[in-house]
Amino acid sequence: MKKPDTAKQMTIARLLLQGNEACVKGALAAGCRFYAGYPITPASEIMEAMARDLPRAGGSFIQMEDEIASLGAVLGASLTGAKSMTATSGPGFSLMQEHIGYACMAEIPCVIVDVMRGGPSTGLPTQGAQGDVMQARWGTHGDHPIIVLAPSSVYDFYELTIQAFNLSERYRTPVIMLADEAVAHVRESIVLPEAGKVAIEDRAGPTVPPEWYIPYADPGSGIPPMPRFGDGYRYNVTGLTHDVRGYPTTRKDEVEPLISRLFSKISKDIDRLQWFDSYYTEDALVTVIAYGSVARAGLQAVKEARIKGMKAGLVKLKVLWPFMRQTIDAVMGNSSRILVPEMNMGQLSREVKRVNRGNCEVMTLNKYDGTLITPLEILRKLEEIYPC
Amino acid sequence: MLETAHPIHKYLRSSKKFPHIWCAGCGSGIFMNALIRAIDRSGLAKDDIVLVSGIGCSSRLPIYVDFNTVHTTHGRALTFATGIKLANPALKVITIMGDGDAVSIGGNHFIHAARRNVEIASFIINNQIYGMTGGQCSPTTPHGVKTVSSPYGNAENNFDICALAEAAGASFVGRSTVYHTPLLDRLIDKALDKKGFSMVEVISQCVTHGSRWMGLNSPVDMMKWLKEHSLTVEKAKGLGETERKDKIIIGIMADLDRPTYNEEYDRFTR
Repeated sequence: MKKPDTAKQMTIARLLLQGNEACVKGALAAGCRFYAGYPITPASEIMEAMARDLPRAGGSFIQMEDEIASLGAVLGASLTGAKSMTATSGPGFSLMQEHIGYACMAEIPCVIVDVMRGGPSTGLPTQGAQGDVMQARWGTHGDHPIIVLAPSSVYDFYELTIQAFNLSERYRTPVIMLADEAVAHVRESIVLPEAGKVAIEDRAGPTVPPEWYIPYADPGSGIPPMPRFGDGYRYNVTGLTHDVRGYPTTRKDEVEPLISRLFSKISKDIDRLQWFDSYYTEDALVTVIAYGSVARAGLQAVKEARIKGMKAGLVKLKVLWPFMRQTIDAVMGNSSRILVPEMNMGQLSREVKRVNRGNCEVMTLNKYDGTLITPLEILRKLEEIYPC
Repeated sequence: MLETAHPIHKYLRSSKKFPHIWCAGCGSGIFMNALIRAIDRSGLAKDDIVLVSGIGCSSRLPIYVDFNTVHTTHGRALTFATGIKLANPALKVITIMGDGDAVSIGGNHFIHAARRNVEIASFIINNQIYGMTGGQCSPTTPHGVKTVSSPYGNAENNFDICALAEAAGASFVGRSTVYHTPLLDRLIDKALDKKGFSMVEVISQCVTHGSRWMGLNSPVDMMKWLKEHSLTVEKAKGLGETERKDKIIIGIMADLDRPTYNEEYDRFTR
């Protein structure tokens, strides 16, 4: 028997990880130093790994009394400069909605992982779904911008968690990771990038002395610098509409610019937020648009369709919100038919249909019985709709 | 030249657009003055203080004063405060909540913050009414009284906030009214100094809405009412149930030395 190559084993750290564990590794690599959460299936492993690993990384963990409190503590910690996150599933995500709005309004960076399970209500705690796509977009009240990422593999979960922190720090906004139960619980062998290979972003702090600091003034980028509590920049944080100094206001000439800036600070960079992987799309007559674990089934289905001689392709979305209109427009320019398979009654497909200018037919494949969409189901649908 | 020797001038935000939102005769201003005096005596630096509040009349207080301030969501001040204290234990964290804020919508957070014994100095300004929203009854509104949301009389029993805090595990529990300012000063000093979770209930008057059920017309009458209805812990001890009924018991209810959450977390995770 051949001896294992120990030298090689030491340079390549190959790990067998569950999606939820990879999320924790990504968070720690991104610099997460505070976690507050409440137990809930199928997200609890994130909390358990954080309870174990955060103190060793110099951070702190707390199990709060509910999900409202969890996100409250996360926002408080973030105000002191600590990169902070929480993780939950549908019912807990519903409870967090008010504080998501607070984070948008007060511009407090944080990452919220929602491992989606079947709903509504207590629903299907142990089975997968993608039913929170619209809640992630519109769950909190009022007009607000939001960034939502969707991993489809264990490695994705690692990498996108780092990017979730980066975006959150860069734009001073909550970022939601929308994973599904299958991605959270599947175990895959992955190789993590070496430390220092993935760029880590930190929020920009003020560059002026405290007496010159105006907390919510637009520095041009739309993203005001954010000091840490205790550093001498005393300012007021509120969920009320506020003026540039952070004081409550009802003046229309102060309200409108605030809300507009909250949107434009993200929408101005929409080109930088087109994150997707495409497979066999160059000549595809029909393209599958999918995200999460469904994208895995989609890729297998497309490969089998190619073997059968069909010109099928796949676009796997990594960003769900803001909706990647440019990417979808490009797909629609190539294919005459689009299939959007989802583990819900059709949430992202509504958005795809909304941006369709009529040059494409948008079909759906929906499943909401708690079971995964299989490659065979997508293949059959492709055969049915394939333009011949 | 104008004299600005009053300690409050050091702590009020000069950049804030005044006036404040409190009605003339409201007790919140008396508490704000007392808190500022206590902070001034404590020698704490403005940069090291984080003032966290919920939603309601008294929760507007942090906006006016020159510290690190967070005006959070309704009932959730203690959740933010917990995150702040855990992420940066060097900061002095103070919360200001109203009665509806702390023991109705935020009741769960209140008992758990006390149970954990996180070092937070919390102040509950209890005016026994929802003032900002127009005078609805709160969990501390007396049984039987008529408010806009209990037009036939309040069928509910009211909370004893101090007993609640004590039972939940707070290290320091005290109660004063805004009439008894020397006592209030003393309680705030002790709360700010306490290692662990401290709670001071400050009985205050709502001159706009509370006056209706009290049948009183002026802030002066309401403060006289507070004076006449108060009993010190010491005096109350020898009295029977009927004599204590409808009285505000003021003084120190609990003063314990227990390890704080931060200390215990560090000990276990080290």
